[in-house]
Amino acid sequence: MPVSLVLEQLLNGLQFGLMLFLLSAGLTLVLGMMDVVNLAQGSLYMLGAYFAATLAAASGSFWAGLAGAVLATALVALLLEVSVLRRVYGADHLTQVLATFALILVFNEAVRAIWGPQALLLSVPPELARPVTILPGLSYSAYRLTVIGAGVVLAVGMFLFIHRTRVGMWVRAGASNRRMAQAMGVPIRRVFTGVFVTGAALSAVAGALLGPIFAVQVGMGEDVLILAFVAIVIGGIGSVKGSLVGSLLVGVVDTAGRAFLPSVFGLLFAPEVASNLGPTVASVLIYLLMAVVLFVRPQGLFPVHG
Amino acid sequence: MRARDLSVEQARRGGVAPPRAFVVWGAGSVAGLALLAFPALAQALEWSYYLSLATKALILVLAASALNLVLGYGGLVSFGHATYYGLGAYTVAVMVREGIRQAWLVWPAAVAVAALAALAIGAVCLRTRGLYFIMITLAFAQMVYYFVVSFKQYGGQDGLRAPRTDFGFPLGDAEVYYLSLLLVAASLFFLWRLVHARFGRALQAARDNEVRATTVGFPVYRIQLVAFVISGALTGLAGALMAHHTQYVSPAMLSWPQSGHFMFMVILGGVGRFWAGLLGAGAMVLIEELFHSLTVSWQLYVGLTLLAVVLLAPRGLAGLVEGRRR
Repeated sequence: MPVSLVLEQLLNGLQFGLMLFLLSAGLTLVLGMMDVVNLAQGSLYMLGAYFAATLAAASGSFWAGLAGAVLATALVALLLEVSVLRRVYGADHLTQVLATFALILVFNEAVRAIWGPQALLLSVPPELARPVTILPGLSYSAYRLTVIGAGVVLAVGMFLFIHRTRVGMWVRAGASNRRMAQAMGVPIRRVFTGVFVTGAALSAVAGALLGPIFAVQVGMGEDVLILAFVAIVIGGIGSVKGSLVGSLLVGVVDTAGRAFLPSVFGLLFAPEVASNLGPTVASVLIYLLMAVVLFVRPQGLFPVHG
Repeated sequence: MRARDLSVEQARRGGVAPPRAFVVWGAGSVAGLALLAFPALAQALEWSYYLSLATKALILVLAASALNLVLGYGGLVSFGHATYYGLGAYTVAVMVREGIRQAWLVWPAAVAVAALAALAIGAVCLRTRGLYFIMITLAFAQMVYYFVVSFKQYGGQDGLRAPRTDFGFPLGDAEVYYLSLLLVAASLFFLWRLVHARFGRALQAARDNEVRATTVGFPVYRIQLVAFVISGALTGLAGALMAHHTQYVSPAMLSWPQSGHFMFMVILGGVGRFWAGLLGAGAMVLIEELFHSLTVSWQLYVGLTLLAVVLLAPRGLAGLVEGRRR
């Protein structure tokens, strides 16, 4: 197997992991701070992609579509937080899972009613629709490289915000012990609304950026949502660092597994066994990873709660 | 003693007599007669569609009641019960595909596969609690989903046709209905005895206060695991019935939205109430049917109904009935 192919798949994994992180960062903070399971995060990601596709088609510019999608999704998230999520803060996880599961049904059908059942087309901006040579013999999509760059910038920005600012300190305090933080005067409700809306905006960024790579269609949020959950459970609920590590692990392991396991098994087993076993094991690999992590460290890799 | 620890006390004493048993069984036998006569009525009036709907409702009652055992009585939020449902169904389809059509082999195999899966998955998952339990049951469900989908010779993403098995006589639509009725009634009776026995009380005690239940001396892990396996086996039975009803199995039966629908039924019925499965699955089928006949966007209204139930009537239909009675 050529080295360039391995590098390419690793870059794909990194790119997917970073986008997953944009989703899981919001998810883990919502979970850690308010103990709310929000299955509808995937719907916000889907909305981001749909808004981006529509606005990009209307304005003729991918970047205008991206900016508009972030604003529109943040607005939807604000309405969602005020109308539904506030009512399930104190409730048990079962209630939250079901309330947000209901939101998924509602969002999926609403999107289908508004945009129709066909997948939308969101094309790569023309200035990035070409390969770049990053190493001799290795050329890589300029668009995917931009996505990686955007993911790194947003991740670094988030870390600086959370570890270097006062509001970031409130967020960390809230995630580690909500009641204590509240007693010390942190306006936890307002901080939380901000965190939720920011998380939604980041999901929209991920949806819009991944739109040209995957299809923009109803149900796109669910698959990625489950992967984001796997990522935060591996990383430890409430920890942004954990969600970054978890997301990158999931992205790389999933992409690399799908790309390489079939040929690795080809070396070990008979061809007909390998061609069946490879894809099967590759598709369950991250869930296996999660089960092993939870078995060894039930609180995830970076536990937050003392 | 705090009120919530009452179940611990009852479990220690060895269970209590079921309340209002007489009324329940009286109403039940009237309903039972109606259910027995239904296929004849349906045939006379050419209601084959309604016979199919009734069969579907019965099967979902079984699946929801099985989930209610762990969700309601055990307090264990399993977000992966579609796994056992789908495995039961797929066992039937795969065995028939491989030429084994004897019902006496296929049905026990379907239940056994589901039970074994529940044993393996439950043994790992029950080491975790709360949110992590929800997520790890979901992760295992996804694993099984992708595992099954990867078998191209059994249909992959497209699903698999599942001709009915044979008891020595062929199964028609009416026979499948009666079989469903029989198995659902037997399962509900079994579950009724189970949750009112010492075992069921201990399970509820562990839900209400795990530390206390452990201190009193209950083997909490083992009790929860047994409940999980029973629940998985009965869900697998529901899956096998569904495979016979629709004569088709698809990966959607294993998918996590399916797990969500089962949870929705239990919540709709009233989590932890015995009749939650019956009320919830029945109401769910009616709601879906109603919106389905009115609009193509029926899932939108099902979702809104679910949202309204969760936010406004968290104790479900059983809770509403009980609330009025008191």
